[in-house]
Amino acid sequence: MAEAIVITSGKGGVGKTTTTANLGTALALMNKKVCLMDTDIGLRNLDVVMGLENRIIYDIIDVTKGRCKLKQALIRDKRFDYLFLLPAAQTSDKNDLTPEAMVEMITELKQEFDYILIDCPAGIEQGYKNAVAGAHKAIVVTTPEKSSVRDADRIIGLLEQENVEPPRLVINRIRNHMMKNGDMMSIDEIIQVLSIDLLGIIADDDEVIKASNNGEPVAFQPNTKASIAYRNISRRILGESVPLQSFDEDKSVLSKVKKFLGLRH
Amino acid sequence: MITKKQYVTIKGTREGLTLYLDDSCSFDDLLEELDRTLSQDDLDEEQMITLTVQLGNRYLHNDQEETLRALIRKKNKMVVQNIESNVILKQQALELKEESDVRTITKTVRSGQVVEVKGDLLLIGDVNPGATVKATGNVFIMGNLRGIAHAGYLGNKEAIIAASYMDPVQLRIAGLYSRSPDYNSDGVYLECGYVDDSGKIVIDRLQAVARKRPQLNAFERSVING
Repeated sequence: MAEAIVITSGKGGVGKTTTTANLGTALALMNKKVCLMDTDIGLRNLDVVMGLENRIIYDIIDVTKGRCKLKQALIRDKRFDYLFLLPAAQTSDKNDLTPEAMVEMITELKQEFDYILIDCPAGIEQGYKNAVAGAHKAIVVTTPEKSSVRDADRIIGLLEQENVEPPRLVINRIRNHMMKNGDMMSIDEIIQVLSIDLLGIIADDDEVIKASNNGEPVAFQPNTKASIAYRNISRRILGESVPLQSFDEDKSVLSKVKKFLGLRH
Repeated sequence: MITKKQYVTIKGTREGLTLYLDDSCSFDDLLEELDRTLSQDDLDEEQMITLTVQLGNRYLHNDQEETLRALIRKKNKMVVQNIESNVILKQQALELKEESDVRTITKTVRSGQVVEVKGDLLLIGDVNPGATVKATGNVFIMGNLRGIAHAGYLGNKEAIIAASYMDPVQLRIAGLYSRSPDYNSDGVYLECGYVDDSGKIVIDRLQAVARKRPQLNAFERSVING
């Protein structure tokens, strides 16, 4: 049975698109057939993060307006045979897409794919409604900041009214030293407020930004902290139980040498 | 000749006069006799007389009450202070019951959500920052209060707010507001908020409620107040 998972957060800039791209990549690495859907009409950038911008001919609005078939709009990833992207339109706006059209497209995609990851736009208006319409699972992304936790809480409340399973949480951009000093909300604090299951935690890693600027999701790299985190999350999505990553950075020279030699990940 | 039963009885009390009106005759008969009785009486009082009307087991709807008041108003120096009856409408009774009921809700109230109940609210779950819970009566939270709680929102200053863990953004009771301090502070366990004698919302240990609001124990409190 195919799974349609919406990745949402309420607040902008917490890493929905990055998470979508990386979970898609990580799932594809495990030989799953994955389709990424960008529903951020007018502000698309999943294609940029995936490095597939130059391949776009048709987009999601072309599909709903009947200008092309769904299969024609799907872009095959350059690294994987069974990772596809359905790009958002850049020239339309969110009202050109309807929840009904989303349900229809996802039903069709479910025939073909194991996982459909839906990248939700920020906000709780039409764009959000479109994105959750066809999904039956949800991942809420937050960062350890009060404002983003507040918005995540709001989104979780809204998701309760939708026909989706209880959402699971990804905490992104964790800065270990700030959390230790108490300058950032701790993971426990966030979970206590949001009271939903934790799917994974991702460290704030320069590699993530570097990678998405290169159009190569970080999950593709073998052993950066963030790529391991994303791969762990996708294993949890598949139903495996994987322990949470420890953030205690070993700063000794020896460990750095080991890391350099690839003896540790 | 059959002696006619008297429908209207007048008694004097410290507070003024009380009119006892029979509750088994027709309303028209009652008005007729009342008119006669009040006209007969030679009242040479200088002061205005305040009247309390006791209806017994008779229910008057608004039009009838107005007619009764108008009739008494026509007589000089009489003012109807209060009309009392032993009976109320079923609808009013249900409303009263609603207001004195405890509503139990089990959920996490999340940012942007508002839970509003008549009567007391017993919430089993958390109130998160950005969320609001409101009750016409008391608010009891078995969980963390991190948002806004509004007790007695229709104006009941006697209402209290109690929570297992209190770290609210705001506490509101009737028309009064109090907010959290501007510096970062930890919450407190098992405390309650109420309006003290100076008219301010204060937070105190849960055990203080017994002393400050003994009437919380009274089952029929809202029937009596109502």
